[in-house]
Amino acid sequence: MSDLLLLLVTGLGLGALYFLAASGLSLIYGLMGVLNFAHGVFMTAGAYAGWLTMSDLPQSLPIGARLAVAVVVAVLVGAVIGLVVEVVLIRPLYHHHIQQVLVTVGLSLAGVAAAQGIWGADPRPVETPAWMSGTTVILGARLPNDRFVYIAVALMLLAGLLALLRYTRLGLVIRAGVENRTMVEALGIDVQRTFTIVFAIGGAAAGLAGVLYSQYAGAVSPGQGGSLLIYAFIVVVIGGMGSLTGTAVAAVVVGLVQQLANYYAASGVGDLSVVLLLALVLLLRPSSLKGASA
Amino acid sequence: MTSQASHLTEAPEDAEPATRHTAEPEVARGRRRRPWKVVLPLVVLGVLAYLPYVAAELPGILPGRVNGPGSMQLLATCLVVAGIALSYDVLFGRTGLLSFGHALFVASGSYLLTISLSTWSLPLPAAVALALIASTVLSLVVGAVALRVGGIAFAMVTLAFAQAASIIVMRNPGGVTGGEEGKVLDRDAVPALLVGVANAPYRYWLALGFVVLAWVVVTLLIGSRAGRAMAAVRENESRAAVLGLGTYRVKLLAIVVASVLGALGGIVHALVLGGSNPHLTTSEFTLSLLVMVVLGGAGSRWGALLGGFLYAYADARLVEVSGAAWLEPLPEVVRQVLSQPLFILGVLFIVVVYFAPSGLTGLGGRLIRKAGSS
Repeated sequence: MSDLLLLLVTGLGLGALYFLAASGLSLIYGLMGVLNFAHGVFMTAGAYAGWLTMSDLPQSLPIGARLAVAVVVAVLVGAVIGLVVEVVLIRPLYHHHIQQVLVTVGLSLAGVAAAQGIWGADPRPVETPAWMSGTTVILGARLPNDRFVYIAVALMLLAGLLALLRYTRLGLVIRAGVENRTMVEALGIDVQRTFTIVFAIGGAAAGLAGVLYSQYAGAVSPGQGGSLLIYAFIVVVIGGMGSLTGTAVAAVVVGLVQQLANYYAASGVGDLSVVLLLALVLLLRPSSLKGASA
Repeated sequence: MTSQASHLTEAPEDAEPATRHTAEPEVARGRRRRPWKVVLPLVVLGVLAYLPYVAAELPGILPGRVNGPGSMQLLATCLVVAGIALSYDVLFGRTGLLSFGHALFVASGSYLLTISLSTWSLPLPAAVALALIASTVLSLVVGAVALRVGGIAFAMVTLAFAQAASIIVMRNPGGVTGGEEGKVLDRDAVPALLVGVANAPYRYWLALGFVVLAWVVVTLLIGSRAGRAMAAVRENESRAAVLGLGTYRVKLLAIVVASVLGALGGIVHALVLGGSNPHLTTSEFTLSLLVMVVLGGAGSRWGALLGGFLYAYADARLVEVSGAAWLEPLPEVVRQVLSQPLFILGVLFIVVVYFAPSGLTGLGGRLIRKAGSS
């Protein structure tokens, strides 16, 4: 029982990280049809920004406070990078989806290589607050505290994004744009600006995901974002390409399946079963992947 | 997505260029163009095949003599990668399929060869046959599943499959794949002619042979009915479907042909480099194939080969740029970034996507035509 509870919580924590990584991807894809391969670089940038912030702040500050500042910095860095990439690289290729994908692919190669050149290919350890690496005993299970943090942050992000989509004018435009972009443009609404904002939001979410994933992994490394990105892709596809709630559900399912299979079958089976899950979803419900409403 | 892909492939080399200034009949132009279209590849092939007899040194371009083992090995690697890029172009440039899983088939060819040679102790011909047949079956299964979705979703699904293979290889089940170390080729199981430093020229000819075979297969394919159907799917899939083409079958055929060629490339890669490298399984490898094809020019045999060759060459040689004297005055950070070949290639790739959508060969062809018409 305590084993199962532990697996459920760690699985949910992993799912929360997947959601953080996939939410920006899903939002961008849903509205703009851009498969953002540079999302991994956004995450890596967030992770490195957080790491640099934590080591540059005076060491006398408690680690928790420095981590909080690092998270804010990572989110800002992610947002700025997302904004710049959209304006400089994506916007000129409007309506050329394949070229947009290609540009983000080039960006992901160059970005990882740049990080590798500056900080080296080896993982650099990050500091973790003591209470995050500790455990809490619930119902006889020793549950790692950091998973609760990931779950809480993911829930806040989900609630925030859903509120944004439901209650603001921007959200209205985004939802309408996902539904029918041409019609929104015909109504005289500046979708371009919305695209930029959505890219910035996606970048911010990626920065957040990056810094939290570096806490999860205990280190920052250039390839980190890319390895998380693949699972984020799978989550976005299973979740229905562009639906935020679908992405959240898929993230939880993928995280749980991965964790449970890794424990009850063998280490590594979990990663494979995620791909198997994707194949099953494709075979049984290919129509769900044509894109959905936010 | 296929209609957008066609933007990149707007000038496939077999399409007659839109020459406005000429009024002569099609037939005459076709007859005039044909001889050099046959002769040029033969001349290039002749020069490449003769290289192992050239003892000259090309300082700065090749390490040591042209027919020295270092240069031969480098050129052989570049040729194999060029052939694999050509196989990827069957998907991307010819059929408009954006696959992120081509590495899966290259890796399956490479790993099945090395594993069946050492772990299962098969003779070389049987190992090659097994690797090819298994890769064909794999491509049928993966293709059949992935083609249930189109466009960007297809790209993601193929990526996921390739990632699964990468995970399996990295986990090293039963010590079979060698994990991160890779799998070394069993040298006793391959002919002595292909082993050892002194025999680098034979490995070079093997790589060249693979490129020729891939070229012939792709040429026959694009001239066939199936090849025309692929072009139709690339240009406008809905229209092709309305015209009564079985687009699913056409796309599946493209995947199978590309995968078998890719698997053959993986086999030759393993023979030339003396083993299987887990890098072949990674998504970065597929991405680099995409970069090669787009750099050289998608939908063009010369483009894919040139892109693959130059990419592999740059990847191996650009490291030396970081030590170059003219970089000294630059700040430390800039030099560190420029020391990464992938950074330069990634940036170059973005530039090409923006300013030369038909790739380097398309750019060259445009310049030649411009010079000819002025």
